[in-house]
Amino acid sequence: MNQPIPASAFRRLGGRYGNTMFIALALVAIAILVNVTPLKEQTWLRVLFGISALNFTLRATVPLVLGALSGILCERSGIINIGIEGMMLAGAFGGFVAKTSTNHWPLAASLIFSVAVAVAIGGLMGAVHALFSIRFRMDQIISGTVIIIFALGTSSYLYNRDAIAEGKFSSIALPGLARIPVVGPVLFDNPPITYLALIMVVVVHVALFYTRWGLRTRAVGEHPRAADTVGINVNRYRYVNTSLGGMLAGLAGAFLVLEAVGQFQEGMTAGRGFISLAAMIFGNWNPFGALGAATLFGYTQALQNELLLAGVTRVPRQFISMLPYVVTIIAVSGLVGRVRPPAAEGKVYETEGSQ
Amino acid sequence: MTRSQPAAAQQPAGAPPKLEVLNITKLFPGVVANKNIDLALNKGEILALLGENGAGKSTLMNIIYGLYQPTEGQVRVDGRPVELHSPRDAIDLGIGMVHQHFQLVPVMSVVDNIMLGSESVDRGLLDRESVSAQIGELAERYNMPVDPNAVIEDLPVGVQQRVEILKALYRQADILILDEPTSVLTPQEIEGLFEVMELLRNQGKSIIFITHKLKEVLRVADRIAVLRRGEMVGEADPAAVSQQDLASLMVGRKVTLEVEKEPANAGEVLLQLRDIEAFTDLGEHALRGVSLDVRAGEIVGVAGVQGNGQTELVEVITGLRQAAAGSVLISGQDMTNASPRRITEEGAICHVPEDRHMYGMVDAYSVADNLVLSSYYKRPFSSGLTMNEQAIAQHAEELVARFDVRTPSVRNSGASLSGGNQQKMVVAREFGRPIRLLVAAQPTRGIDVGSIEFIHSQIVAKRDEGVAVLLVSYELDEIMALSDRIAVMFHGRISAVLPRRDATREQVGLLMAGAGVANEPASQ
Repeated sequence: MNQPIPASAFRRLGGRYGNTMFIALALVAIAILVNVTPLKEQTWLRVLFGISALNFTLRATVPLVLGALSGILCERSGIINIGIEGMMLAGAFGGFVAKTSTNHWPLAASLIFSVAVAVAIGGLMGAVHALFSIRFRMDQIISGTVIIIFALGTSSYLYNRDAIAEGKFSSIALPGLARIPVVGPVLFDNPPITYLALIMVVVVHVALFYTRWGLRTRAVGEHPRAADTVGINVNRYRYVNTSLGGMLAGLAGAFLVLEAVGQFQEGMTAGRGFISLAAMIFGNWNPFGALGAATLFGYTQALQNELLLAGVTRVPRQFISMLPYVVTIIAVSGLVGRVRPPAAEGKVYETEGSQ
Repeated sequence: MTRSQPAAAQQPAGAPPKLEVLNITKLFPGVVANKNIDLALNKGEILALLGENGAGKSTLMNIIYGLYQPTEGQVRVDGRPVELHSPRDAIDLGIGMVHQHFQLVPVMSVVDNIMLGSESVDRGLLDRESVSAQIGELAERYNMPVDPNAVIEDLPVGVQQRVEILKALYRQADILILDEPTSVLTPQEIEGLFEVMELLRNQGKSIIFITHKLKEVLRVADRIAVLRRGEMVGEADPAAVSQQDLASLMVGRKVTLEVEKEPANAGEVLLQLRDIEAFTDLGEHALRGVSLDVRAGEIVGVAGVQGNGQTELVEVITGLRQAAAGSVLISGQDMTNASPRRITEEGAICHVPEDRHMYGMVDAYSVADNLVLSSYYKRPFSSGLTMNEQAIAQHAEELVARFDVRTPSVRNSGASLSGGNQQKMVVAREFGRPIRLLVAAQPTRGIDVGSIEFIHSQIVAKRDEGVAVLLVSYELDEIMALSDRIAVMFHGRISAVLPRRDATREQVGLLMAGAGVANEPASQ
């Protein structure tokens, strides 16, 4: 018998890992090719695929992938999280305050403590979002927006312009691995949060698809009533996941303050939370898909930088600065109707007996 | 059919019943859903719980499954009183429920759905292999083959139901509650389900089978309990009662099960469909060259399992969906892809839609406003700028009286009516104006027997006036009762058109399941 292969099989193949991963892998392959062959003598190719562009790509990717993972945790359980931007910013500010108040501690202790504070603040923001969405049944888009405005306003108001954070995370070259040509300097000579972000992609992937917690989380986000009828506490999963998601966004904030920049600036997340959302969607709510999408968006940011520095084009800089945003818009709008969000996303779940 | 083992043999003498419900009352705000209900289920029996929609069957089962808390009363399992605060408690006591609307996650595999909530975990990771093996054993033991790695949304409804039953068995349920399990199945699938139920019973499981279909009760039940308006009104022995007795017990008065009608007197062709092609909103090919004629003064029933293109067919005829190819002729006029208003006016067509809340009425509008939804813009209801409330109210009073819509007043909202009265309201609006063609989709879905009787008689009356009727229904009984000709839809095609007098249930059932259709890939 010729059993036709159901269409959903293809959807799931791209589905679990995300079509975007293939784009990212293609980029990596081209980059390696360019850097290990005489092709690197070509100015244009060097600008587009040189080690410097790749390093910048990874730095730009880390907060995006952490933000996207944050969104995945929330939305896979059915809570829309548009407030990643706010959670990230709150985490960044919390991390900054913690760092400036512990400047006199040993650097490593101070940094680790500050990361913990950033993560906790992010988690708190996530818990608040869950409380608004579940307990008070607030529209989840509104609740997310409130989180963003609250974080932006509060952090700007409380920000002490004279405070200075002394020191930030520095790179740790992994012995052996860092010597691999091209891949080594790009992937294995980075500060700790960068490693942590990449590890989190694998951790979230395994957790979502191969553990009891992940199976239940996805069931709660797809068909909460089915989960309820087999005795799963739907709202508890949503509280926990939204809080965990907030913690990952807080970690992204910690990356900005404690690893990338070293200081806090008002509104320093600069839309990264929203681009993370785009990466989550583009990656079809899958960790590896989100990594692929975040890499693509990170690469456009790197490109913007490299093109301006190299001065190889006469296109006005304003247009080049648009690049990351234009790519984001095209990527997300081109996907409408082709990705599938968790079915129960954004809907308050009420048990039938609770009236 | 002989039963392989008498039910009573499995209940040890003197032992308490497997499950007992004692004096259960459940109040919802303003409604008594269950009133002082007593019920006992013995080991190894199939108990049919019969009742109309809204009789309180589902409420009672949700109490047994821990989804509702009873206002009063007690549930006992094996003679011990139990507290059921959540489905978890029920599952732990060996109670399993197959819900009317399947509780399966469509994007997940069979094995994931079955173990959800009772996962088998090995070193922190899901142990899909051992669960698959267990599913295989259960499937073999109870003769319910299923591929553990298949994804739910790719499976036919009958197989999805099998997964639901396996899900309960995987949790080691001894008591199985099947809530309206046959409403989504073809006649052949129903027979398969009954065989599984008998096998389960013979292996010592106790089954509560909820339904409102009398024929099925007599076929499979060992004992029958009847609920009416929240109260237990009687028990019956299937060997000793007739369908007519059960219907009267269920409704509380004498009902006619047969639709009385004269032979059709078919005239000219009023609706002519030629090679219609159409797609769903998701781009799936829903209609693949549908051609059909409906004549004045006849009822053509479209039989088929839900989702074989019936919805799209009705939408194309009524102008709610674009046909990609083909033509729709109404009274000889080309109405292909015309606007719904043009079709309604020039085609003199009326439409009783499948989903009354979505397409048939505005829940928040008053009965009076709902009754002018298709004519509000005309005189005397509108003067072009303002509405004439008086004319609308008067029109409503007339229709409400004529079609027996029971409402405190025509100013009450449509949502406040019972399902049967809502449907009568829709029928009143559509039938109350001069028409030549009637398109009725699921006209009696989810309404009480009394209203069904009334609506059926109205449809026959329209036919006798010379109206052409296209009836779409997923209930084969309704098709058999009303139609003069039967068209069977399968996979977007009309696979056969039979005169009613030549058609048998078995034959139509086979056609509904795709028999006699060439070049179709076998679906599991």
